[in-house]
Amino acid sequence: MGSAVMIIVGANNIISPLGWTSEENYKNVIAGKSGISIQDNTELSDAAFPVALIDNNILATALDANMDIKGYSRLEQLSILSLKEVVSSVDVKSPETGFIFSTTKGNVEYLNSDAGNQGLYLAHTAQNIADYFGFVSTPYVISNACISGVAALVTAKRLISSGIYNNVVILGADILSKFVVSGFQSFQSLSAEPCKPYDANRDGLSLGEAVASVVISKTDGQVKNGAVELVNGAISNDANHISGPSRTGEGLFRAIQQTLKDGGNVDVISSHGTATPYNDDMESHAISRSGFSEVPVSGLKGYFGHTLGAAGVLESIISICGLKENKIIATKGLQQQGVVEPITVATENITAPIRGLLKLMSGFGGCNAAVYFKKHE
Amino acid sequence: MDVMLPYTLKNMSKVIKELIIEQGLVQLNGETFFKGDTNETVTFLKSLYKHIGLKYGKFFKMDSLCKLGFLATEILLDGVEDIKTETDEVALVFANASSSLNTDVNYQNSIAEIPSPAVFVYTLPNIVIGEISIRHKFYGEHMFFIQEKYNKEELLKYTDSLFAETQTKFAVVGWLEMGMNNEYSAQLMLCSK
Amino acid sequence: MSELKEELKAKLIEQLNLEDFEVSDIEDNDPLFADEGLALDSIDALEIIVLLEKEYGIKLDDPKKGKDIMQSVQTLADFIEKNRK
Repeated sequence: MGSAVMIIVGANNIISPLGWTSEENYKNVIAGKSGISIQDNTELSDAAFPVALIDNNILATALDANMDIKGYSRLEQLSILSLKEVVSSVDVKSPETGFIFSTTKGNVEYLNSDAGNQGLYLAHTAQNIADYFGFVSTPYVISNACISGVAALVTAKRLISSGIYNNVVILGADILSKFVVSGFQSFQSLSAEPCKPYDANRDGLSLGEAVASVVISKTDGQVKNGAVELVNGAISNDANHISGPSRTGEGLFRAIQQTLKDGGNVDVISSHGTATPYNDDMESHAISRSGFSEVPVSGLKGYFGHTLGAAGVLESIISICGLKENKIIATKGLQQQGVVEPITVATENITAPIRGLLKLMSGFGGCNAAVYFKKHE
Repeated sequence: MDVMLPYTLKNMSKVIKELIIEQGLVQLNGETFFKGDTNETVTFLKSLYKHIGLKYGKFFKMDSLCKLGFLATEILLDGVEDIKTETDEVALVFANASSSLNTDVNYQNSIAEIPSPAVFVYTLPNIVIGEISIRHKFYGEHMFFIQEKYNKEELLKYTDSLFAETQTKFAVVGWLEMGMNNEYSAQLMLCSK
Repeated sequence: MSELKEELKAKLIEQLNLEDFEVSDIEDNDPLFADEGLALDSIDALEIIVLLEKEYGIKLDDPKKGKDIMQSVQTLADFIEKNRK
């Protein structure tokens, strides 16, 4: 059942090591810069490791200009700074404006320092941020591992299609803590070098911090050329293992099929591409099974690292910038492709007409999500 | 066990069955299904597992939130013949207040010594969805929301959108809470389109 | 050696929450990862690496070696005998 309303992507922001606006981040991505560097930060890891961290000096400068948010947690400060401009495009006082917060671990670092803090509860954190801006609707909080950001986009689309909201503000945010870093280390998932998605020699992921926000809105169909429509999305489970991805890409394949059940031109795939051996192989299965072996695959983890609950929002925004400018973004870190099934991973930026973009995500718990964006022309 | 409850919501989700697990008591459609000898979370969940007579080795590897959600879904789906295995038609829509904090505390404590991967994997609330999906071969739609307190309306609105827009025909919907101090509550509904 | 193997079986049952198994159910050469053996998975493999470090002070630097070491209780015990401090 297609819906009559058209849902479009509006104002957005990204805060990451590559910049404090979407434009700055996109510009640095196109220039081939990476936010990942070797950091010796004993609060996160006993040994130095490659990671993409948001610079606290820049945050401190931003806080000097926003004294009223000094009392919030670091995650909340970054979230408020990301949302500040973005929310000005909607009426937060309207019950028809929704707010979705996507995160995996929120303020989990309080477990180490202040275990009684209410900020450990994700709904409390979301409400704190919502109250700063005066949202009247109750926030939806989504915590579905690494697919959370795309799950938030899919949820926004569904809530708008159902007539519950006209506008939804989505915030995806995760920062790093010893909790998260040691967990991925215990899984032996972290690469000793900046990650190499789809590479024959890939040996793990790099973690990153980011906060990204975007407005999704219903329109009456009077949209400008170049506007980007959120057409459809779907979520599916591998039903196979709680941490290892399906060897056949079962859940991701099904999510892609459902997302594109009414058709659509897929000219670029913005993939998950964590650079763990199993994830990238799994994606190659799902992509080739879907008949997309020839479609350029663009993985963004080499620029930002894996930004967890922010990743789906951040990577969608960057890929949408590419969609608007007809740019297929190179997969940074890839030297020699080495995945089990034939796919076409983009190794350099390519200018080509792009009509539609498929964004993919997969995560622990066997979850997979896909969302399809189309340029209005 | 296929009792139709005497109410239909104003939206399109029809509630077929309801299950509540609280305070050592399991109630199915308002009737007592099982009463444990103790309310102590770990012991109670194990006794409930024994009571339903299932042999599933993975159960013992799960954290408490997963055990709760796994057992609740097992009881709720028992005898529902329309629900098949290997399907995209069953959605799982859950929420709670504490996310995975119950296990987060255990994991945080393990960091000081040697971090445990088997504990870390459960520091996400949606792992329970994975466990249930593996058991029943459910490939369908699923979502874990975090709410300050149980907001059934919010979950049913989302479930309605699944019935309207996806291949979903049945949904297990509701509250699966496992607090930092092992305080638990499951309030699940089996809904149909 | 046989004492170590019995101890190892008990530790595996405890650490990996193998409630359906008793020490006497596990043969020295039962495959750890096959369904006809203990049916362990990738998370269990990681947890055995933790167990080796915690209980026997052995750090498995190259996880790829894990596959040979973790064939059975016998191969694990052989590895511990050779490497423990």
